[in-house]
Amino acid sequence: MYQYIAKRVLLTIPTLLGAAALVFILMRLIPGDICLVRLGGGGGSFDPKALVACHAEIGVDRPYIVQFVEFIWGLMRFDFGTSMWSGKPVSTEILARLPISLEIALLGTAVAIGIAIPLGTISALKQNTWIDVVVRIFAIGGIATPSFWLGIMSVLMVLDLSAWMTGTPWMPPIDYVPIWKDPIRNLSMAILPAITVGYRYAAVSMRMTRSAMLEVMREDYIRTARAKGLINKLIVNRHALKNALLPVVTLLGIEFAFLIGGLVVTEQVFNLNGVGRLFVLAVQNQDYTLTQALVMLTVVIFVFTNLVVDLLYGWLDPRIHFA
Amino acid sequence: MRHFLVALLLAFAVPAVAAEAPKRGGILTYMIPADAPPSFDGHREVTFATVHSVAPFYSVLIRINPENPASTDDFVCDLCTEMPKAADNGLTYTFKIRTGVKWHDGTTLTAADVAASWNSIVFPAAGVLSARASIYTMVDSITAPDASTVVFKLKFPTGAFLPALADPYAFIYKADILAKDPHWYEKNIMGSGPFKFKAFELGQSISGDRNPDYYMPGLPYLDGFVGIYAPKESTRIDAIRADRAAIEFRGVPPSALTQLQQSLGDKIEVQTSDWNCGDNITINHSKKPFDDVRVRRALALAIDQWHGAPGLAKVATLRTVGGIVFPGSPLAATRAELEKIPGFWPDIEKSRAEAKRLLKEAGAENLSFELLSRNVDQPYKYIGAWAIDEWTKIGLHVTQKVVPTGPWFEAMRSGNFEVVSESACQSVVNPILDVQKFLPSDVSPQNYNQYHDQTQVDLYNKMLHEPDPLKQRAEMRDFETYTLDTQAHTLMILWWYRIVPYRSYVKGWKISPSHFINQDLATVWLDR
Repeated sequence: MYQYIAKRVLLTIPTLLGAAALVFILMRLIPGDICLVRLGGGGGSFDPKALVACHAEIGVDRPYIVQFVEFIWGLMRFDFGTSMWSGKPVSTEILARLPISLEIALLGTAVAIGIAIPLGTISALKQNTWIDVVVRIFAIGGIATPSFWLGIMSVLMVLDLSAWMTGTPWMPPIDYVPIWKDPIRNLSMAILPAITVGYRYAAVSMRMTRSAMLEVMREDYIRTARAKGLINKLIVNRHALKNALLPVVTLLGIEFAFLIGGLVVTEQVFNLNGVGRLFVLAVQNQDYTLTQALVMLTVVIFVFTNLVVDLLYGWLDPRIHFA
Repeated sequence: MRHFLVALLLAFAVPAVAAEAPKRGGILTYMIPADAPPSFDGHREVTFATVHSVAPFYSVLIRINPENPASTDDFVCDLCTEMPKAADNGLTYTFKIRTGVKWHDGTTLTAADVAASWNSIVFPAAGVLSARASIYTMVDSITAPDASTVVFKLKFPTGAFLPALADPYAFIYKADILAKDPHWYEKNIMGSGPFKFKAFELGQSISGDRNPDYYMPGLPYLDGFVGIYAPKESTRIDAIRADRAAIEFRGVPPSALTQLQQSLGDKIEVQTSDWNCGDNITINHSKKPFDDVRVRRALALAIDQWHGAPGLAKVATLRTVGGIVFPGSPLAATRAELEKIPGFWPDIEKSRAEAKRLLKEAGAENLSFELLSRNVDQPYKYIGAWAIDEWTKIGLHVTQKVVPTGPWFEAMRSGNFEVVSESACQSVVNPILDVQKFLPSDVSPQNYNQYHDQTQVDLYNKMLHEPDPLKQRAEMRDFETYTLDTQAHTLMILWWYRIVPYRSYVKGWKISPSHFINQDLATVWLDR
């Protein structure tokens, strides 16, 4: 297995290089100029000499090949450089945002697992009953509802409900405090986005759980287990669910990786200072170094999550061996 | 009788309000509608996010009177002791600097710090970025002959100097620090303003504590402040509604004000002002048929500003019809003067008939073109939709192309557009410098019209060097008429309107025509 892991890790190198080249070229194909956005974004006057000084300061006046070699050389030394927008090290910019994104991704995944697996299983076991119909409607609702709308609605609902009940509108805190500093404040800020994200995520996973369970429940070994006289609870938990979880775990893994950097809209709606919001800001500002680093981070997260998912297969299905 | 009673009530009510004694203490929480400032250095940045974040930490040499920030010419001292009179035929300004002013590190501020800061702004060293250096072309030298005197020598006398000196970004930095590292203030904060830096959470918030050694007696009233960054408008409005924040200083659209007033009633107050942000339609003279002045005039004549303004004011941060000068300024055109300029004629039918005639004469009837716009709701999308509708009424076929800020700038800079919707927000109202934007592209890099016009440059230079305000006003009319009428180089659309709703317990803050001004929070207090 260790050989398999080493092979997979080595394979990430060409993936990263390909992604690096792609993001480098794509960013420079977008028309615009970070210095112009910075100096002229407000529409007021600025000194033309300041524009030249800005280009020189951040190094965009150098040939592309020099910039690319510097970028790759930095990557090899795990040095992502400094943000062209803020002048701060890219690692500082990302590390300041990673905890909140990670927390929402973890909480969202927990919400999704907590909803998807029980409801998906029940839906499959009660196929074509009213319970199944209700669960499916709930799932379709989750897929069909845009997260930004759900986010805005949930904040408004809390505001209106609290105003109606107490006469004073209340909303969760809008400034992030780490969980180890103030757990209650932290969780009261994170819970609504986690539910918003988790609901959509659960809806997709629920449908996957249901269809996988339906398939597994028709397998010969389930029929054999029933013929042996095993109780239904054991059949479902030990034999059916474990096997049905294989595609669900794959889906959960991909979704989790997406959540780390892809909560763009949710982070905007709930004013979460996460990686997704930073991503949008970096692209809007045409901050090449920061965008490049964020793309690299996303690629690494996806590669790593896929590796973990593959390793989980072996635990879920002992027939799978890593050669 | 009723009028008498109202007058009597007002007579008693106004002094009562004016005499309201400020309360000390409390923390003001306010929203900053941005992700975070690119840096803390006011000398290099142009975004309001920098001013709203760090202005409370710094002093400036002079400023617009914080008690009368709506004024366009009421300048008062901050670090100086008395507003100087120009000497040497308007070429020398000598400022006496307060004594006993302490930096937040406990050391004493001197005239050398003021001179060093201003030299860094006006004559930046190689590798140092000073965003507004070019507006100080009139300054010849800045010196500190002794510890309490700063002397500005000018190359030519001009009324544009003092307003330029009141720039809210012109923070006074410590000379020693600037000498050691001119980039230090980009990432660090150390001033002599009413609040001391407490903490900065990247992309989250910035906070400050009261400076007990502040040189203005009794100020500031607050114990401290917290500014929370929130780029999304709905978050900011919800935060004020739930009292997570008390105010957002930049300004909100009318719909947000309505929402807050409906849900909070008398717990919300509002201040409004004309905003020193003007919208204009820039026409690319290098693209045919826009090289023809008749076509450009026709575009202006089609737009009914007087009737469009009230409707737009209901949905957008727009309101006031004006020329190239901020409408509240003494140099601005009166309504009667404006009504002589194409695009401002009171009789829109006559105006549109003339537009059609000009188009026919220029052979540009049924002209089709693309209006480039920026993907920012307020007010670009509203202006775009409205202007297109107005142009349709003279038979033009216009489509709107909305692009992000980067590509929008790139298209304007490279001249890859036909007509573009633009806005320009200035800080201190300084019409002589503010109208530089409308100078030909080879003189003003912020003018994207792609033309050269020496007559326009000459008109401007005459006005710039005119010390007599009355003559300057007349020369501004000549410049405006030439720019908007004779050559129709650009089209002025409405001026913005600033609406700042806030929790009614916030007191002592006064709105100004710019969201860059009056942000040091020294006079703000909380009535609770």
